[in-house]
Amino acid sequence: MGNVIDLDAKNYKSLLKNYIETQDEKFLYRAEQISKSFLKNNILPEEIVNLHMQALDELYPSLSGEFQRSMNFLLETMISYGLAHQEFQTLREEQLALKSQIAVAASMQDTLLATSKPNIEGLDIGVISVPANQMNGDYHHFIESNDGSIGIALADVIGKGVPAALCMSMIKYSMDSFPENAMQPKSILENLNRVVERNVDPSMFITMFYAQYQPKDNKLHYASAGHEPGFYYNAKRDKFEEIEAKGLVLGVSLDAKYHQYNLHINKDDMIILLTDGVTECRQGERFIEREEVLNVIRDHAHLSAQEMVDRVYKYFQRLQNFQLRDDFTLIILRKDV
Amino acid sequence: MGTQSCINIQKEWDIVGARQLGRDIAKKIGFGTVDQARIATAVSELARNIYLYADSGKVCFEAIETIDKKGISMIAIDSGPGISDISLVMQDGYSTSRGLGAGLPGVKRLMDEFDLISEKEQGTEVKTIKWLR
Repeated sequence: MGNVIDLDAKNYKSLLKNYIETQDEKFLYRAEQISKSFLKNNILPEEIVNLHMQALDELYPSLSGEFQRSMNFLLETMISYGLAHQEFQTLREEQLALKSQIAVAASMQDTLLATSKPNIEGLDIGVISVPANQMNGDYHHFIESNDGSIGIALADVIGKGVPAALCMSMIKYSMDSFPENAMQPKSILENLNRVVERNVDPSMFITMFYAQYQPKDNKLHYASAGHEPGFYYNAKRDKFEEIEAKGLVLGVSLDAKYHQYNLHINKDDMIILLTDGVTECRQGERFIEREEVLNVIRDHAHLSAQEMVDRVYKYFQRLQNFQLRDDFTLIILRKDV
Repeated sequence: MGTQSCINIQKEWDIVGARQLGRDIAKKIGFGTVDQARIATAVSELARNIYLYADSGKVCFEAIETIDKKGISMIAIDSGPGISDISLVMQDGYSTSRGLGAGLPGVKRLMDEFDLISEKEQGTEVKTIKWLR
């Protein structure tokens, strides 16, 4: 550090002299570069004022005593800025360390909550889930059963970030522990509700949608715990309908009961499941309308389910200036045959 | 070893006296303008802590010398309530975010050596040294 300031001291003095004599912009440009070098080498403001005082003293020894004392005064006022600068430096380093710890947690979460899209003949599945911050408070999971049916779980913790993400691991491991005969949507939500009620802080809410698709009879059985309603696209009538399902948010009441609904799916019909990160996208101060999501889906309906969800995500990501405000999860199922 | 000079801190005005004494001793030892200003700021922080949190206390200065270096030693002693969570007050951002200035971490940065002993209901002693380079 001493060397840098010695080297820059010579430069500084000659630049200052040149500038005072010519007022040429190029010397100000060089001053800007010196200032960057100071910053890079952690030279504090009081040291720069001192450098300036010394340079002036050498160049113009006859400058008034009043002026020199005024520079002393300025130097004194810079001390706290120098301290603040050092403090910010330390805090920035701490922040970097924290960020890298969260990155480790996020990748651990990815491993813990990993799920793979099942291959079911005649069913085209598209899924995208993107966290607003590093850790995802949305959770989706596919479960293939021995009887050929698939289960689709989609949950959203109110809140985001690390606490939400921790909560999601609990949901996943509870579900893993349920016996196969309890995999009806209604019983899954009832069991999870008890787990959440007992284990999660009352200020935390989880909404969840669970659907089971049975390809043998083309039926979708589903139940919802206060989750953002999805959509059913009826290909024959070329219309989107809201998938209505009533049910209390998980964790509110120990003995909450959930109603199970079912829906017959025909060729080219679509099931669209989402979290409120999709429907609560905002463009500036304006919340989008739920219909807007459907319009974008409709625009891309000729694509595969995966391409569709990717396009919808890209559309809303751009609409929000590439900064998600909430975790974003969208699942589309389309019956191909 | 030189002799100790102390200033009692009771009124806010005493902080100024402590600064002046610290600066004069630093100047005599041979510290430059920048270091004089840093030492004065450290004195301010220590004296201000006494003024704000303890009924009374003092700041003492001493010119010190080893075989190969010279420096200034400052000790701030008070009989105040003590610091209950030292780690907290030594944390960056704790004092500044409360508008209380650079705080003890600031003193530690301004000086070369820093030591702190605090007992609940008995008081606090901060010892710092800055070496002349």
